[in-house]
Amino acid sequence: MRNYALLILLFSSITSISQNCDNTLSGTVTDLHDGSALIGAMLIVAGSEQAVQTDFDGKFTIPNLCNDTYSIQVSHPYCLTKGFTVKVSDNTTKSFKLEHHLEELNEVTVEGKAYSDKSKTILENTIAKKELERFSSGSLGDALNSLSGVSSLNTGNTVVKPLINGLHSSRVVIINNGVRMEDQEWGAEHAPNVDINSAGNLTLIKGAGALQYSGDAVGGVIVAEASKVPVKDSLYGKTLFTGASNGRGISLTSQLTKSYQNGWYGSVQGTLKRFGDFKAPDYVLSNTGIFERDASLHFGFNRFDFGIEAYYSLFKNEIGILRASHLGGAQDLIRAINSDRPLIINDFTYKIMAPKQDVTHHLARIKGFKRFDSFGKLSLQYDFQRNNRLEFDIRRGADRDNTSLDLQLDTHTLMLDLDSHLTDEISLKTGVMARYQNNFVNPNTGVRRLIPDYDKYDLGIYAIAEYQLNDQLLLEAGGRFDYTYMDVFKFYRTSFWESRNYDELFPEIVVEEFDNQILANPQLNFYNGSGTLGATYSFYEDYKLFFNYSIASRAPNPSELFSEGLHHSASRIELGDLRFNSEIGHKVSLTFQRSNDIFSFSVSPYINTISDFIVIEPTKIQQTIRGNFQVWEYRQTNAQLLGVDVDASYAFAKNLRFNHQFSMVKGYDCTRDEPLISMPPVNTKNEIVYQNPQFNNIRLSLQSEYYFRQNEYPDNNFEVFIPETETTEVVVVSTPPDTYHLLNFNSSIDFKATKKTTLTVGFGVTNLLNTSYRNYLNRLRYYADDLGRNFLLNIKINY
Amino acid sequence: MKKVKFLSTVVLTTLLFTACSNDDGTPEPVNEEEVITTMTVTLTPNGGGTLITLQTRDLDGDGPNAPVVDVSGDLAAGVTYNGTIVLLNETVNPPENITEEVEEEDEDHQFFYTIGSGLDVTTAYGNFDNNGNPLGTDFTLTAGSVSSGTLTFTLRHEPTKPNTGLGDAGGETDIAVAFNVTIQ
Repeated sequence: MRNYALLILLFSSITSISQNCDNTLSGTVTDLHDGSALIGAMLIVAGSEQAVQTDFDGKFTIPNLCNDTYSIQVSHPYCLTKGFTVKVSDNTTKSFKLEHHLEELNEVTVEGKAYSDKSKTILENTIAKKELERFSSGSLGDALNSLSGVSSLNTGNTVVKPLINGLHSSRVVIINNGVRMEDQEWGAEHAPNVDINSAGNLTLIKGAGALQYSGDAVGGVIVAEASKVPVKDSLYGKTLFTGASNGRGISLTSQLTKSYQNGWYGSVQGTLKRFGDFKAPDYVLSNTGIFERDASLHFGFNRFDFGIEAYYSLFKNEIGILRASHLGGAQDLIRAINSDRPLIINDFTYKIMAPKQDVTHHLARIKGFKRFDSFGKLSLQYDFQRNNRLEFDIRRGADRDNTSLDLQLDTHTLMLDLDSHLTDEISLKTGVMARYQNNFVNPNTGVRRLIPDYDKYDLGIYAIAEYQLNDQLLLEAGGRFDYTYMDVFKFYRTSFWESRNYDELFPEIVVEEFDNQILANPQLNFYNGSGTLGATYSFYEDYKLFFNYSIASRAPNPSELFSEGLHHSASRIELGDLRFNSEIGHKVSLTFQRSNDIFSFSVSPYINTISDFIVIEPTKIQQTIRGNFQVWEYRQTNAQLLGVDVDASYAFAKNLRFNHQFSMVKGYDCTRDEPLISMPPVNTKNEIVYQNPQFNNIRLSLQSEYYFRQNEYPDNNFEVFIPETETTEVVVVSTPPDTYHLLNFNSSIDFKATKKTTLTVGFGVTNLLNTSYRNYLNRLRYYADDLGRNFLLNIKINY
Repeated sequence: MKKVKFLSTVVLTTLLFTACSNDDGTPEPVNEEEVITTMTVTLTPNGGGTLITLQTRDLDGDGPNAPVVDVSGDLAAGVTYNGTIVLLNETVNPPENITEEVEEEDEDHQFFYTIGSGLDVTTAYGNFDNNGNPLGTDFTLTAGSVSSGTLTFTLRHEPTKPNTGLGDAGGETDIAVAFNVTIQ
C-alpha cells in the first residue's frame, strides 16, 4: 500500500513544475512509543537523493526544496525504515515518528495489551497457560476452582459454575476475548460456554474491577484472554491429549498459529471432548456423560499504531444430567435423599439420554484500534453472540423426544473506547457501550416458557482514571452508568397473576387474556451506577498493599423477575417477582502481599454489603396432583458477606516448594438474621511441589484439599406425609454434608523431541484414596456421591 | 485501510439495526401438553347399585391453587367395584385424554393403591402391560366392613417392573392423591 503511494507520489513529483526552490524542511524524528528523540536518523529525499542526519536532539533541516510534494525515506539503526510524503510550501516543519524494531515492538504490544482495563488496585489472581493446560480435559470452572476464594456451584461434575467469594451466576461476569459472555448465565445449572483450551490465560478479579465491560459484577469478573501472537514470521502450534479413566474419556485440543513480520497473523484452534458415565467410588453415575466440540478462529493485523482483528468461536456441549436426579414431588425427594445410592444405576455407557442439556454458543467479534498522537488509542468493537440452549427432560407420549426448553439468546454489542495518557502520571480510559439482546423461547416444546420472550437494550458509559503519584503509590478511580430497558412478553397463569395481586397492581400491562393464562407486557427500566476507588502502595522491596472500594449495581435477571413453575432437577416450584429493583453491592477489599522467590504470600480480607440482595428460599408447601412440592420464592433482602483469602508459597529447598491456600466466607441475611444459603464452607489446600528444571523440567506434586462442613446454613428442611407408611417425614434439603479430605497427585516431564518440538508427558491421579464424599455446593448431592478416583494421562506436543 | 474500517463499521451498524427492527408481534401461548389436571376414578358396583366417583382436579397445574378433591359418596360394605381411572389435561380445549398415553406406554407406568389404616378395602389390578406386569388403570376394589380412611392413588413413571409395591418401584411420581373414603 505504502509502496504504491510512494510510486504515485514519485511520479507526481517528477511531473510537477519546479518553481521557488530555496525552502527548507525542518523538524524532529522521534520514537513513536515514548516520544524520545532519535539521534542519527537518516532522511533521504527521493529523486534528488539529498540526505541529512538528525542531531543530538533528533532535529534535522533539509535545505533547497521547492514548493512541492516530496517522498522522504527516514531510517534509523534501531528502527524500521519508513517512507513519508511531505508537502512543502515555503519553510515547512514536520516531525517524523519511527517504530522500534519488531522484536521490541512485540514486547511493547504485549505489555500494552496486558489489560489496562482491569483494576490495578485489586489483587488479580492469574492462571497462566501452563497451569491451565492441566485442566484441559475439565472446564473453566474446574480451573478457577484452583484459586483461593473461588469455589464452584456444581450440578454433577460437568456443570461447574464459578463462585467467587460466595457469589455466582449473574453476579459473576465472564469476559471471553474481550466479549462479555451472554449465555443465559443467570441459571445456576448453566455452565459458562467457554472452551478452556481457547484461553491463553485466565484472570480473576474479586470485585467489580472491569468497569469497561460491566458495572454489575457484584461477585467478580473472570477474564479469559487468548495467547498473544508475536509480530514476526513464525508458525507454531500445540496439540494436547488427555485420557482419563473416570468417564473413560478423552480430550483432544490443537492449535496452530501463523504470524508475519508485517503484522498479519492468524490462528485456528479446536477441541474435542468425549466422556461416558462418570463413577463415584461405589457406583456408576448414570447419564453423566459429556460430548463437547469447540472451534475458534482468529486473524488480524497488528501494528503499534493501528490494528484490526476478527475472531469467531463455536462452543457446543452436550451434557447428561444424572438420571436419578429427575424427580416428582416431595415423596420422591425423600426416597432419593434417604437412599445412600442413587435410585437409578445403569451400566456404563457413552450414550447421553434425557435429562440432558445441549448448548451451542457462537461468538463473533471484530475489533479495530488506532493510536492518535494527540489523544490516545481509540478502539471500536462489535460483537455478536448467539446462544442456543436445549434441555431435554423425561417426558411421556409424543413429547418423549421433544425438548422441554429451547432458548435462543442473540446479543449485539458495540463498544467505543478511548485510552489516553493525559500526562506521564495520569491515564484516562473512557468509553461507551450499546447492546441489544433478544431472547426467543421456542413455543413448540409443549412446556410453558421458563423465562419469557424479551428484547433488552443497554446503554453504558464509563471513565476510569489512574494516577501514578510516585513510584510507590498508585491511585485509581472509575465510574460507570448503565441504562437498561426490557420489553417483555410473559404469559402468567391466571391463578398466579391473581394470587400475587398483579391484577390490581399492573392491570395496564395485560395484553390479552386466555382461558387460564394472561399475556402481559412488562416494560422495565433500570438505571444503574457503579464505581471503584482504590490505591496500591508498594513498600520496601517486596511488599504491596492494595485497597479497593467498589460499588456494583445489578438489574434483576429474567429468572428472578419471571420464574413461575416447576424446576425438575431441584424438585421444587420457583417463583420470581416482577417488582424487583436492582441490587447494589458495596465491597471493600484489602490485600497485603509479599512477592518474593523464597517466601511469598497474600492475605485478602473483604467485606461485601449488598442491599436488595435477591435470594431464593422456601416459603411454603404446595399441593399438586403430583404430590407436594416445596415452593421457593425470590425475595430481596440486605445481605453481608465477610471473608478472607490467604495464599502462601515457601521454597524450603532448591527445588522443593510448599503452597498453601485458605478461604473462608460468611454470608448473612441481615433482615432475617440468618445465614445465606449455598455459602462455600471453609477450605484449605496444601501442596508440596518438586520441580527440577535441570532434569527435563520434571515436576511432581502432591496436593491435599480439605473442606470443612458448612455449619452455617438456613434451615429449610420440611415435613411431608407419606401415605404408604402413614408417617410424617422430614425432607432434609438444607443440612450440609460432612467434612471431607481429598488427595491429588500430579506429575509432568518435558522431552526435547527435535529442535523445535517439545513433548510433555503428564500423569495425575485425583481423589487418590477413592474417598466417597458429597459436596455442599453440588446441587445433585442429595442423589449421589461425588467423583471417585481418576487417573489422567496428558501428552502435549509443542511445535 | 480507513475505508475498509469505515465500510465494515457501516455494514455492522446496519446489521445491528436490522436486527433491532426484527419484531414479529406478540408470542403465542404454550399450553402444558403433559400436565395432568384431572383424575377421575369411577367405581361401578358389580351387580348394580350407586356408582361412586373419586375426582381430583387442579386446573392451574403447578400454579398456586390446590387441587379440588371430591368423593361422590360412600361405598357400600361387602360390595365389589370395577374401577377405571381416567386422566385428563383440561388446560387444553378440548381436554386431552392422558390415560391413552399411559396405556400405550404401559411398560413405563404403574398405578399403586395405598389403603390407609382403618379402611377395610382390598384392591386387585385389572389390566397389565405386555410383560404381564400390572398397569392398573383398571382394577377391582372390594369394600369390606363399615370403616373409613384414606385411599391413595399413585402413578409412577418409569418404575422398576416387576416390583413389590411403592417401596421398591422407584421411578418418579406423576400422581399422588389421597381420598377420604367411608364404607357404610
